[in-house]
Amino acid sequence: MSKFEALAGNEAVATAMRQINPDVVAAYPITPQTSTVQKFADFVADGLVDTEFVTVESEHSAMSACVGASAAGARVMTATSANGLALMWEIVYIAASNRCPIVMSLVNRALSAPINIHCDHSDVMGIRDSGWIIIFSEDGQEAYDNLIQAVRIAEHPDVLLPVAVCQDGFITSHGMERVEIYDDEDVKAFVGTYEPKWPLLDIEHPKTYGPLDFYDYYYEHKRQQVEAMENAQQVVLDVAAEFKEKFGREYGLFEKYRLDDAEVAVVVLNSTAGTAKVVVDQLRDEGLKVGLLKPRLFRPFPAQELAQALSHLKAVAVMDRSISFGAMGNAGPLYLELAAALATHGVHIPIADYVYGLGGRDILPHEIEQVYRDALQIAATGRVEQMVTYLSVRE
Amino acid sequence: MATKLTPRELAKKEDRLAPGHRLCAGCGASIIVRQMLAAIDEPVVIANATGCLEVATTIYPYTAWRVPWIHNAFENAASTISGVEAAYRSLVRQGKIPEQDVKFIAFGGDGGTYDIGLQALSGAAERGHQFLYVCYDNGAYMNTGIQRSSATPYGANTTTSPAGKVIPGKRQFRKDLTAIMAAHGIPYVAQAAPSQWKDLMEKTRKAVNSGGPAFMNVLSSCNRGWRHPTDETVEITQLAVDTCFWPLYEVENGVWKLNYKPKEKLPVEEWLKRQGRFRHLFKPENRHMIDELQAEVDRRWERLLHLCGEA
Ligand SMILES: Cc1ncc(C[n+]2csc(CCOP(=O)(O)OP(=O)(O)O)c2C)c(N)n1
Ligand code: SF4
Ligand SMILES: [Mg+2]
Repeated sequence: MSKFEALAGNEAVATAMRQINPDVVAAYPITPQTSTVQKFADFVADGLVDTEFVTVESEHSAMSACVGASAAGARVMTATSANGLALMWEIVYIAASNRCPIVMSLVNRALSAPINIHCDHSDVMGIRDSGWIIIFSEDGQEAYDNLIQAVRIAEHPDVLLPVAVCQDGFITSHGMERVEIYDDEDVKAFVGTYEPKWPLLDIEHPKTYGPLDFYDYYYEHKRQQVEAMENAQQVVLDVAAEFKEKFGREYGLFEKYRLDDAEVAVVVLNSTAGTAKVVVDQLRDEGLKVGLLKPRLFRPFPAQELAQALSHLKAVAVMDRSISFGAMGNAGPLYLELAAALATHGVHIPIADYVYGLGGRDILPHEIEQVYRDALQIAATGRVEQMVTYLSVRE
Repeated sequence: MATKLTPRELAKKEDRLAPGHRLCAGCGASIIVRQMLAAIDEPVVIANATGCLEVATTIYPYTAWRVPWIHNAFENAASTISGVEAAYRSLVRQGKIPEQDVKFIAFGGDGGTYDIGLQALSGAAERGHQFLYVCYDNGAYMNTGIQRSSATPYGANTTTSPAGKVIPGKRQFRKDLTAIMAAHGIPYVAQAAPSQWKDLMEKTRKAVNSGGPAFMNVLSSCNRGWRHPTDETVEITQLAVDTCFWPLYEVENGVWKLNYKPKEKLPVEEWLKRQGRFRHLFKPENRHMIDELQAEVDRRWERLLHLCGEA
């Protein structure tokens, strides 16, 4: 039987980790991820998991040990934020390229400098081309559910790629919410056991991992990674379908909220989507035809499905919690990808970007409301006056 | 029964590093690896830092390794092997794989160990993983073209400490990494050289049976970087030992022991003059550098004798 508990996002994630019971966890503390590893350390100390918990001396070593353990044939998890992920960066690529199905809880936090411990998405956006599958979560429940599903996605034989499951630092990670925690046995049955195909620890059949790979083969190996990414999208949907059957909650590539009959929509990741839903309801009460699209799967980017889901709209406003410095219009990554997706798939509707919330700056309902009113204006004129707006910043 | 460490018995064993690898003729690294792996009868799993040994033994789709082997990156052989070892312990404890007396070994060059990988090595040693870390110390970043490292000897000409008109080679003495690892208080630390193969092999056995993290620093000639004929590797390596530039000793559970005392301690010059990387030191105006290096070698030797209770 499942039960409802009052949990912060990090506690929900740690609980999922306990239930998944990975063979190895290698992690290093960093705010706002820290309470995850602390809670997990309690589980280890109390003998509630079989995990070898490797208390590494840095995040670089955390990801390095994860790669070693995963290649060895273990089910492996880690967790980090911001600077920790940045320090891992070299090995983040190696993990994906060595096809290590590592699962990471990524508690999104602003990158330095200036140093800042609060939420934005600059950390995860730095690994968007690294070959990791990236999933976003609106709240603690989703962070919990997504982490459980991530194990299955990562280890699927057609995928074998690492997965990062994001949640917003502090807002979600430290915000206490009502979370449905499923029965330990049910989660255990859902994730099953990992059957590594080529474990390094199969001593009788020695393998060489991580050889020098030049112009004669490297390219083909990269091409295989593309294939794995392509396969991942369907696997995400299949795992979600199975998850729904078992636990009742529905997940897809993205969530649509009052979108189908809307004229304008906001597209936004993680916790801000929750606030935006409230705004949508308020504006709907005024009779305004507004909706929301909350991407869940960011890598692989379901471009065609997103374009189709937005194709009936008269305007789209993207909200970005990070900046792709020097990119077209100094816009945010979500906008850039989505604009490209719409154009590529023949959906010619005006689209504007609203950067917000950097370094944990609050995003309030009235600000989101302003974005909607802007979008309605754009829909009325058919013209985007300003491609990128930096919301609530002192100029 | 462990294989007797005699040439006759050892010759019966299959090399765990197969011939056909692309290390240079006379490279110290392959001699060290083959000797050390021949000393171990148990199964081994190896992590290898980026460097000459790694690139020259696994050019895809070929591999010279007949044992499980993983290369991750340059600075993380120690953290990689700690992940492998943690996986092993976890899987065995859960009954997912059979228990065997597997020896976990990391190989790294001096660059990957003294410099960029020092933190990872220190962390893994402190955590107490059951592994042996082997630094094959050739005194420079050879794979990238002979750049200085913190293991490069004083005065040596490298591509980033060139013997120029004003600055005659490397200006710092080498870091004493073996002592740094001994200060970690791990069960076994040793310094060895392939020119004394039996000592190297015995130390390897002690290290992998020490019951905890072990570290071995092994002098590894690179004829490309040191500038000497390829067939003089063993002789020149032994000169480093006989000049006391590279003393052979071990620290077992905190007890320092000298393993070899040259009958006659040769002047360091005898080692230097055989290598092109020190040629400029023999110009009259640089003579003082040889004297300074000699003084430092003497100082470290005396300290070692004292630590080993030989003074
Ligand atoms: C993070 C990183 N920095 C730099 C390099 C380039 N690099 C590769 S091998 C190497 C030098 C290796 O030197 P050492 O560890 O002494 O091994 P050797 O080649 O001498 O055997 C360097 C600098 C790298 N691969 N990764
Ligand atoms: S360059 Fe030096 S270290 Fe590298 S393979 Fe050749 S001899 Fe060995
Ligand atoms: Mg070197």
